[in-house]
Amino acid sequence: MSMDPTIPGAPPERGFLRLALANRSFLIGCAITLAVAGLALLSFFWTPYDITHLTVADRLKGLSTNHPLGTDHLGRDILSMIMIGARNSIAVAIVAVLIGMGIGVPLGAWAAARGGLVDEVLMRFNDLVFAFPALLSAIMITAIFGPGALNAIIAIGIFNVPVFARVARAGALSIWPREFILAARAAGKSRTLITIEHILPNITALLLVQGTIQFALGILAEAGLSYLGLGAQPPMPSWGRMLFEAQTRMIVAPHLALFPGLAIVVTVLGLNLLGDGLRDLLDPRLRRER
Amino acid sequence: MSLLSIENLSLDIGGTPILKDIDLQIAPGEVLGLVGESGSGKSMTALTVMQLLPEAARARGRVTFDGIDILAAPEDAMCRLRGDDLGMVFQEPMTALNPVKPIGEQVAEGIRWHTGVSRADAEARARAILDRVGLPEAKFPLSRYPHELSGGQRQRVVIAIACALKPKLLIADEPTTALDVVLQAQILDLLRDLVGENRMGLLLISHDLAVVAEMADRVTILRHGAVMESGPTGAVLSARRHPYTRQLAEASTHVPARPRDPSAKPSGPPLLEVRDLTRDYPGRRTGLFQHEKPFRAVDGVSFSLPAGHTAALVGRSGCGKSTLARMILALDRPTAGSVSLMGETLEGKSEAQLRGARRNMQVVFQDPYGSFNPRHRVERLVAEPLHLFDKRPDAGERRERVAQALDDVGLAAADMDKYPHEFSGGQRQRISIARAIITRPKLIVADEPVSALDVSIRAQILDLFADLNQRLGLTYLFITHDLTVARAITDEVMVMDEGRIVERGPTSDVLRHPTTPAAQALVGAAPDLEQALARRLSAERSGSPL
Repeated sequence: MSMDPTIPGAPPERGFLRLALANRSFLIGCAITLAVAGLALLSFFWTPYDITHLTVADRLKGLSTNHPLGTDHLGRDILSMIMIGARNSIAVAIVAVLIGMGIGVPLGAWAAARGGLVDEVLMRFNDLVFAFPALLSAIMITAIFGPGALNAIIAIGIFNVPVFARVARAGALSIWPREFILAARAAGKSRTLITIEHILPNITALLLVQGTIQFALGILAEAGLSYLGLGAQPPMPSWGRMLFEAQTRMIVAPHLALFPGLAIVVTVLGLNLLGDGLRDLLDPRLRRER
Repeated sequence: MSLLSIENLSLDIGGTPILKDIDLQIAPGEVLGLVGESGSGKSMTALTVMQLLPEAARARGRVTFDGIDILAAPEDAMCRLRGDDLGMVFQEPMTALNPVKPIGEQVAEGIRWHTGVSRADAEARARAILDRVGLPEAKFPLSRYPHELSGGQRQRVVIAIACALKPKLLIADEPTTALDVVLQAQILDLLRDLVGENRMGLLLISHDLAVVAEMADRVTILRHGAVMESGPTGAVLSARRHPYTRQLAEASTHVPARPRDPSAKPSGPPLLEVRDLTRDYPGRRTGLFQHEKPFRAVDGVSFSLPAGHTAALVGRSGCGKSTLARMILALDRPTAGSVSLMGETLEGKSEAQLRGARRNMQVVFQDPYGSFNPRHRVERLVAEPLHLFDKRPDAGERRERVAQALDDVGLAAADMDKYPHEFSGGQRQRISIARAIITRPKLIVADEPVSALDVSIRAQILDLFADLNQRLGLTYLFITHDLTVARAITDEVMVMDEGRIVERGPTSDVLRHPTTPAAQALVGAAPDLEQALARRLSAERSGSPL
């Protein structure tokens, strides 16, 4: 993730790196997120075992040096499945965040720039989307258009749109009355140009923090959908479906549920820590209080 | 015995020295003026007395208040002192009150906490003190919220909170800087009365020598955290023995040299013409489709400005002067009336059609900190209006023009690669002027351009305005509540009140002989250093307090 370390109202920060190194939740969050992303990337080139290769003789093995996290009911290596599952989870959540940002931020910025009727209509529509429980509607969408990773991405992405629209609008509204915006208007710049040149760079921090939160929620939502069989389809492993498959064998082989569950918890925790840390680093008010 | 005595106080915050060997004394019933420019350590001195310093602060020396050693006092002893024997009033009345609590509760809170009286008794006492500060029950019930009050009224509430328990010492940190001159005079009167009634000591922190000359018995002048001079106000400020005192006093009454023949009447068609300009704001929503009666911010204003002329638009806060300025700059649409610049009307034109007019009029704002995007370099900030030219200058030409504009305002061309935070307030205001003149406009609208600046910087910026008026033939419309600015730099004054221009004429005439009540109120309330000093001196010579 590239990021611009400056914050609205404050000059570009030179000591950002020093502050970042002193912020524990940012460091831990970064480390976890990078580790998960690293595992996912590694899975493209190498996994301990080929998961399309079923070895029924090795089924439901416990933890061993051959299979550090054991094997499932078809004898597939759990570690390999979690690595490939990470790639799926991350891809779905990232694309969903990008969809949310790509549509939500321009809508929110537009609402803030125009005000009046445009703002009113957009925000009421936003409320409408908010009124539906996100996961329930995602289930509906995937049920209508058929299960699969792509539809999961679209379903989760749609529900990220109003979140980003609202955050972008609130951030933009706080920048619009500032004098440098008036000065830009006196210099004849159009609302669109002002939004691009002055508003968006000043709300990047806000959007970035919201992005990490939505990313974590996206991973949870993807796990939920694939638990219900509406996410990525077999043979592509996914953390949610691994949980589902482990459910009936909980007594015999609890490790089947433990590791994918842990993978979800740790990833979400890492992203939340990262988001917390980023917020502390980028919010000048909180920083001063430290 | 003195009420507050500070001896050899030194303070550093995180290793940076802030105060060096400060000495000052306040006796009961005495007003001490603490004067200095921003960063001189005035507020830090006050916060040391309150023991509200930041974590990393280390204070050495002796601070004795009413026999108590403040620097050694434990936190709970300080909690008992603060708000009881030690009151404090802050600069910004808009943020000093809790927005979600009614004013009565905010005043009663401290009374209950310190005296342990019942809620009803505390409210009765809150009522009494609010009455005393000029917020009578009939008009201002205890259940009012801060947002229902104006700035001056809020400052009265803040003073009521600070004075509810008749403190022995009140610390007022720039209590009137955020208020217009009429409110300032009222608040200063109130503070003076409270000092007289309760034999309260008052530590009045201000950057404004005229305010201090009117209020303070003695004055201490701070610079870079050290005391430059102190003594009886009249003697110190009129003898001006210390070079810094002289510099401050001269800067606060500075009038830029404007070698112009005031009798030379500008000829030709007016540069700016405003006719019957009116702006209504919709009233508060009272139902789904119902609104209160619209509020008329600007009401049928007409005037014209000849080229090369310098006019001031003065008035109290909320009189509509900024709204008028925005309509002139085509940043806000008038409800009725018209503005024309060089014969071209501005209403109903699209942004694209306005480009020509925008090239010829630019704006300078009050706040040198808020008027720049903190993420851009000076080159980009100053070059922003170049966008208005149909043929955009290329990168080389752009740098050349920015360099020229920076040179015009007394900055170096090399400054264009820096960020705004690398400059001081005065330098930023120069950058803001450079941005305004880069398109070589005819008209500059300046909205309180020097009121956020220190006196010495302010004198320099006024000189710059006068110089640019000379060199570039600029026409200015200064919007200000500060009559000294109007007096220093403008040919003509328009007094605005409740959305209308009520009086208009040559600056010296209007300021010397105001005819309308609104103008008289403004002129009467404006603190005047020379007059205040004359009164002070005669009182000090005869040995009687003012």
